[in-house]
Amino acid sequence: MSDTVSARAAGGTHEVGGGEAGPQRHSNWEAVIGIECHVELKTETKMFCGCRNEFGGEPNTKVCPVCLALPGALPVANHAAIEHMISAGLAFDAEIPAFSKFDRKNYFYPDMPKDYQISQYDMPLTVGGAVRYWLEDGTVKECRLTRIHLEEDTGKSTHAGSGDGRIAGSTYSLVDFNRAGVPLMECVSEPEIHSADEAVGYLEALRRTLQQIGVSDVKMEEGSLRCDANVSIRPAGSKELGTKTEIKNMNSFRSVYRAIESEIERQISLVEAGERIVQETRGWDEVRGVTHSMRSKEQAHDYRYFPDPDLVPLEVERVDVDRLRAELPELPIARFERYTKELGLDVKQATQLIDNLPLATYFDAVVKANNNPKQSTNFVLGDLSRLANETETPVHESPVTPQHVAELITLVEAKTINSKIAKDLVERMWRGEGSPKAIVEREGLAQTSDPTAIVAFIEEVLTANEKSVTDYKAGKTNVMGFLVGQVMKASKGKADPQLVNQLMKQKLES
Amino acid sequence: MPTNRSIPTLSSEKIDVRYVAKLARIALTDDEVERFETQLGDLLEHVNALAKLDVSQVAATAQVVESRNVERDDEPTPCLDRETVLAQAPQRQGAFFRVPRIIAAD
Amino acid sequence: MEITERSAAHIARDVNGGTISAREVTDAVLAHIDAVDGDVGSYLTVLHEHARAAAARVDERVKAGEKLPLAGVPLAVKDNMCLTGTRTTAGSKILERWQAPYTATAVERMIEAGAIPVGKANMDEFAMGSSCENSALGVTKNPYDLSRVPGGSSGGSAAAVAAFEAAIGMGSDTGGSIREPGAFCNLVGFKPTYGRVSRYGLIAFASSLDQIGPLTRTVEDAAIAYEAMAGWDRMDSTSIKRYVEPVSRELRTDLRGLKIGIVKEFDTKALGAETHAVYEQAYRDLQALGAELVDVTLPTADYGLATYYLIAPAECSSNLARFDGVRYGLRVEGADVNEMYEKTRAAGFGPEVKRRILIGTYALSSGYYDAYYVRAQKARTLIADDFRKAFASCDLIAAPATSSPAFQFNAKSDPYSMYLMDYYTIPMSLAGLPALSVPCGWVTPPGGDCEMPMGLQLTSPLFTESLLLGAAHAYEQKTKHASKHKPLLGEVPVHRG
Ligand SMILES: [Mg+2]
Ligand SMILES: [Zn+2]
Repeated sequence: MSDTVSARAAGGTHEVGGGEAGPQRHSNWEAVIGIECHVELKTETKMFCGCRNEFGGEPNTKVCPVCLALPGALPVANHAAIEHMISAGLAFDAEIPAFSKFDRKNYFYPDMPKDYQISQYDMPLTVGGAVRYWLEDGTVKECRLTRIHLEEDTGKSTHAGSGDGRIAGSTYSLVDFNRAGVPLMECVSEPEIHSADEAVGYLEALRRTLQQIGVSDVKMEEGSLRCDANVSIRPAGSKELGTKTEIKNMNSFRSVYRAIESEIERQISLVEAGERIVQETRGWDEVRGVTHSMRSKEQAHDYRYFPDPDLVPLEVERVDVDRLRAELPELPIARFERYTKELGLDVKQATQLIDNLPLATYFDAVVKANNNPKQSTNFVLGDLSRLANETETPVHESPVTPQHVAELITLVEAKTINSKIAKDLVERMWRGEGSPKAIVEREGLAQTSDPTAIVAFIEEVLTANEKSVTDYKAGKTNVMGFLVGQVMKASKGKADPQLVNQLMKQKLES
Repeated sequence: MPTNRSIPTLSSEKIDVRYVAKLARIALTDDEVERFETQLGDLLEHVNALAKLDVSQVAATAQVVESRNVERDDEPTPCLDRETVLAQAPQRQGAFFRVPRIIAAD
Repeated sequence: MEITERSAAHIARDVNGGTISAREVTDAVLAHIDAVDGDVGSYLTVLHEHARAAAARVDERVKAGEKLPLAGVPLAVKDNMCLTGTRTTAGSKILERWQAPYTATAVERMIEAGAIPVGKANMDEFAMGSSCENSALGVTKNPYDLSRVPGGSSGGSAAAVAAFEAAIGMGSDTGGSIREPGAFCNLVGFKPTYGRVSRYGLIAFASSLDQIGPLTRTVEDAAIAYEAMAGWDRMDSTSIKRYVEPVSRELRTDLRGLKIGIVKEFDTKALGAETHAVYEQAYRDLQALGAELVDVTLPTADYGLATYYLIAPAECSSNLARFDGVRYGLRVEGADVNEMYEKTRAAGFGPEVKRRILIGTYALSSGYYDAYYVRAQKARTLIADDFRKAFASCDLIAAPATSSPAFQFNAKSDPYSMYLMDYYTIPMSLAGLPALSVPCGWVTPPGGDCEMPMGLQLTSPLFTESLLLGAAHAYEQKTKHASKHKPLLGEVPVHRG
């Protein structure tokens, strides 16, 4: 469907839950939600012509006879877009039928140049499959897909004259066709989502997966991901589907969350008041936080689908499918299960890594090099991520290589250095001083575990702090910490703190 | 020669010309509605002869010359000059095409 | 021989040989157009300056040593083909002032081969019609009798070539729109196999049927024009990646060893004694050239018309949706966008176009799609199968091109009687086959006072253009029907039969 600039004005980022948690009287009711997403594919050129597929730009500059639907122009399908579709299908375990075709969906709209959309009707490129996703508590869920099909995007209309950029009340519209003809994937889920949390989890998984397999930027704020939700409720335990409403105009995952919460609430209130749900399209009002009816009477759609005679059928080659399958990277859900189940990361840590793929790759390299997931997590998500934030340099672009980190962890494990030296070394590595091992060797930073040397430091400190020794002996044992600290200082931090403690105690109590 | 051929007619519904014209976005006068109703009805009677063909075992032909997988490489080609494009616009506003008020989406 | 009356082959030979310049040919043709087109009305736009500039470029290329197959050949371009910087209307008010910003591939190839576009030719609006009477922008007359139609939809291109206002006309054929005007105007009208010539830049009528081809005064010219325009085009997904044989070098002079099928269902007796006699003679002439005549049957050909009048309107209803008043062309303002669409399309389309959009919209609409559209596609399969079976026992099929010679203006008042004009040409279109009409004799139509030309239709299996043109050449060379009469234009009245 056609969308508007106003409808997707800068979307916020998603934060789920928190103070946002919806009313909890859902217990007698179960929500049934299906989600339909439109995702712009990342290609160099548009779906059926050689104009550049880029976000933004001067209006009406990325247009040609084909995407402007000039008389006589004809479409030729972009091979890359078709491969992207197959990759997406494979990522969601969908069936890739051997045969597919393009159909025309006929309806008039000013930002749709041909007044039909080239789409796929009964033979989409992918059928079935499922999106597996996780919730904040770590539960893994699955929502089956009906289909994913390939189509073309429309141009953009800006509605003017109403003062607020909205279509309602506008007196005219301005059309930019730069987006017209951009390859668009339509992904339709089964109605198997049952809460706003699940809806967001599903969308997050879809977004991560499509982005990580490289088929889309999936930016809601640029409109490369748009979604509608079909929402209905039914008495808990019932199998029948209630009357659904279709919610549109959600600009961010946060809007999706709020809109679904609000719509479920509205429907429960209506039904509990003995009223009927009307099947209709409802728009989400971000400011007022409610959905509102968009059409008084539902128009009968008659899209008159028929096979596009300007395009020839697609026979999907098995060898291509095999190659594309082999080219798929590790998918987010697989990574999630590996991190949480095999490596023992918590949901937040795993999610943080999965949402920062270069960091995750970095992390994997560290783990691979030292096989210490716990310490790897601490360094990568701790000190290194902190430094990355402070210096605005991604970890993987810093001078610190995964091998360096692995080496550092080995030094800590072997007690060659203590944690304080380790922290110090991370800073120095970040500044480009290279291998931690080399620094340690060069500067003799290795932890001192030689009792003779430590005893020498202790004697030095005790001589210099007679008063503390007296205090200790008078029962003020808390001076111990001060004295140990002095020893550490005297050893330039290299003394093994445990050994210092032990020997100090012996000395004082002897 | 086909003119003398007797064509069996099926009892077909009358075309709802107003509905079809709405779908096709063509305004019709009452006279036109009446005239097209008759003419299209006549044509449909001829077309109904197809009912005599047994096509239960026949595949549909969308394209008569078999061809598959005609695709292009994902490589950019030049676009049209914007002024050339907008010079033909029935109504423009700056760099945009301008259209009257859009009621709801269809 | 007047320059304007020379064949394309003749002109190209002379221009390449340096005995005449493209500029001289062009000037002669433009002068002739200025003299006669007021009577004939072939062109919606005469490209005086454009043509002279193109001729200058051809002369330079020839001077630089290039040999161009169509050097300096004056070309009539049907006005549904885009040519950069020229008005391109498809014969419709909705595009009355539209300037094409790009050139159709087929036109581009003709220009590349040295042809000089001298004008944009009149046509039935969006190629829907068989008489040119559906043009919203002009009247084109048959150069052999100005009271009669030139045929359609490529009527302007046909009239232009017949009246010596061009040597080659580019036409488009969806159900007979090249072959029928070819027959009516004493020309060779050739529709290649579907997909042989790129449709890029051809304003679509029915995408699965539309095919560009030449209208010429000789078979040899048709062959040369075909060679220039045919071939795969990356811009048209339905164009075929297949070698185009050098047909003009394989034109035959006899039909020995060929079996020619005569279609049992196409009995010509009902067409009247005179017409029947013309076709009977044509078949005997084929035999005399050495062909063996065999009976073939096309049992479903009779369903062609019904099939065509579902498929073509269905496709056109969608193809013509883009004429909506938003980006180009006519707009009639309205209070909202839907009203604008409805008023624009009401004012911009003529009655025949509206009829076809409505029937096509209906055939695709919910509840009727399977009964009409899908059934027609299945019937199409059967019709194509009939031809495949028939070609198992013959090399070519001979049939009438039309059921009568050119009729008078306003003779076909109800739409269906006009649709019947394409009875013999539609089955080949549905099957995607190459087909042509070649002059086969003259008859005096009832009420007429002069003889009018008739066309023999030859068709052959997919991609056998070489065989088809070769056979047509042999027939043309033996019979020479075309040269019996010549249109007499200008101050002299048209010929009397
Ligand atoms: Mg869609
Ligand atoms: Zn484009």
